[in-house]
Amino acid sequence: MSQSEVKLLEVKDIEKIFSVKVGTFEKKDLHALNKVNFNIYKGKTLSLVGESGCGKTTVGKVILGLYQATDGKVIFRDKDIAKLEPSRRGDIQKDIQMIFQDPYSSLNPRKKIKTILEQPLKIHTNLTKKERKETILSLCDDVGIDYSYLERYPHQFSGGQRQRIAIARAMILKPELILADEPISALDVSIQAQILNLMMDLQEKFHSTMLFITHDISVVKHISDYIAVMYLGEIVEYASKQELFKEPKHPYTKMLFSTVPDIHTPLATESVLKTGEIQSPIDLPKGCFFQNRCIYKEDSCTMSHPELVDSGNQHLVRCPIVLKQQTID
Amino acid sequence: MALLEVKNLKTYFFTRNGVVKSVDGTSFSIEKGEILGIVGESGAGKSITGFSILGLIDPPGEIVEGEINFDGRDLVKLSQEELQKIRGDEISMIFQDPQTSLNPVITIGEQLMEAILYHKKGVSKKDAYNTCVEILKTVGLPAAQKRMKSYPHQLSGGMKQRVVIAMALLNNPKLLIADEPTTALDVTIQAQILYLMKKLSKEFHSALILITHDIAVVSQLCDKIAVMYAGRIVEYGKKEDVIFNPLHPYTKGLIECLPKLNDDKKRLYQIPGIMPSLLGLPKGCYFKDRCEFADEQCDVYPPQQEIDKRIVFCHKVK
Repeated sequence: MSQSEVKLLEVKDIEKIFSVKVGTFEKKDLHALNKVNFNIYKGKTLSLVGESGCGKTTVGKVILGLYQATDGKVIFRDKDIAKLEPSRRGDIQKDIQMIFQDPYSSLNPRKKIKTILEQPLKIHTNLTKKERKETILSLCDDVGIDYSYLERYPHQFSGGQRQRIAIARAMILKPELILADEPISALDVSIQAQILNLMMDLQEKFHSTMLFITHDISVVKHISDYIAVMYLGEIVEYASKQELFKEPKHPYTKMLFSTVPDIHTPLATESVLKTGEIQSPIDLPKGCFFQNRCIYKEDSCTMSHPELVDSGNQHLVRCPIVLKQQTID
Repeated sequence: MALLEVKNLKTYFFTRNGVVKSVDGTSFSIEKGEILGIVGESGAGKSITGFSILGLIDPPGEIVEGEINFDGRDLVKLSQEELQKIRGDEISMIFQDPQTSLNPVITIGEQLMEAILYHKKGVSKKDAYNTCVEILKTVGLPAAQKRMKSYPHQLSGGMKQRVVIAMALLNNPKLLIADEPTTALDVTIQAQILYLMKKLSKEFHSALILITHDIAVVSQLCDKIAVMYAGRIVEYGKKEDVIFNPLHPYTKGLIECLPKLNDDKKRLYQIPGIMPSLLGLPKGCYFKDRCEFADEQCDVYPPQQEIDKRIVFCHKVK
């Protein structure tokens, strides 16, 4: 985090607690987010990586205003928007746009592509009809949508083309911040590369900032500047891309790396079965949240909850065992 | 003799807009205990190949030509009743989405036991129950007895997929077809499920066909690989040959565009364009519009060639 980088969005200690029914008369707290902190810098990309159920999508939805945080702050343009609904956000809303995971359900099947792309302009700008059309056409060139597509409906397109349309819709207002929630995981491998490259090109062209949410650590290398690894509603490791890929430190991050399928590594061995599954965010354990799946577990891990500590070079790790080993080395 | 031999299989769909040749002359074979991977993009015909083997093609679809020789019988010629006896017993299938392949209103136990009681007449309910608990333990589901009473919504995605795998393995099938078994799962759970499938197919000595769009998954698991494109196989051979020395430009592209952990370049390699619609296939090689080597020679569909111990369809490979 050099001084030259300008904060665009600051997430401070946000917590999100859902109340869920566990029996007929009993309700319990589900801790989706536990004091999450991070900054997003102008023109940079931060990736949130983690398994389903770790709260990465909830972070995105809180920033967008689809959920209101239970506690904490989200500061965008000197304004705390953590508890503001979209309707009370005014101008800010148009500067934060989202690309959703599934392009099959995120586009209205009854609307022509033209209408889908024009809608944000009608709501948020005072452009004339002619200007709106020009804006749409010039964006079509950037995103790789043929002009003839504008008169068609979403069902006439393949997944990759739909995701292009969804990206165009998110970009049309030239937002400052784009939240991309698993934008490529529903696509074929050969199309994934096209969409990732497109997103990087657009980011360069429009100087936009991006929060990239994914479960697949192998794709974040190409697109990220910073990476935050999440586990059960908290960040367990945070570092710049170079740092993290040079030396992943948290046992969970190491586990994520070891399970990525790759043509040059053989299939994981018996030990992979011991890695288990993410636990429910209801009734969180007292100590480290990762203790049940961790191969480095010690007695002390069950006692107290570890803090996120800087291990040097702005590489933050939430694991005292790793830090201890580091000082011995 | 091979356990399963598919010869020149053609499955067409006769739609209002024309004939869709979903599978257009595919041939491959698989031996006992072998793992075959079928790779391709959505719409390449890989799932339809799997469904054709099981006879699960509904109108307007039809198997118009070809043979599916399984253990001495041609499955194409069998009636639905005869196929029903084979499905879930000698051949079983694992579907892509565990959320939708289990019945939400019936307990896991009942669903598992049904598979045994249907195919093995004379087995008592108690024995069936015990077999089911055993198999749930084999696939690594914790608290197996308790899970028998659970409903699908009470399990996570990974656990559901384990149940589906358990169900497929119940009758010790000779052939298992897994259609994108891990696509809906996290990478950590994916690694566990893949490891399990490999281990179990070796233990049960059953053959496995793995259908997926992810060539990295295939390379970790399979002995043989068939790459499909627009309804046809374009390259088919042993894993080592296809993965480490791909010959067809499409296979090369698929491998090249994978994100690599130890690669520093920013942009990813991309195969330009998209797969043509099966209703409007180009004349000649189907891949020519996306291929950097294509020229006028490619206006004729390439003949089958056997080069470097694998089958490949491309004019430019010598």
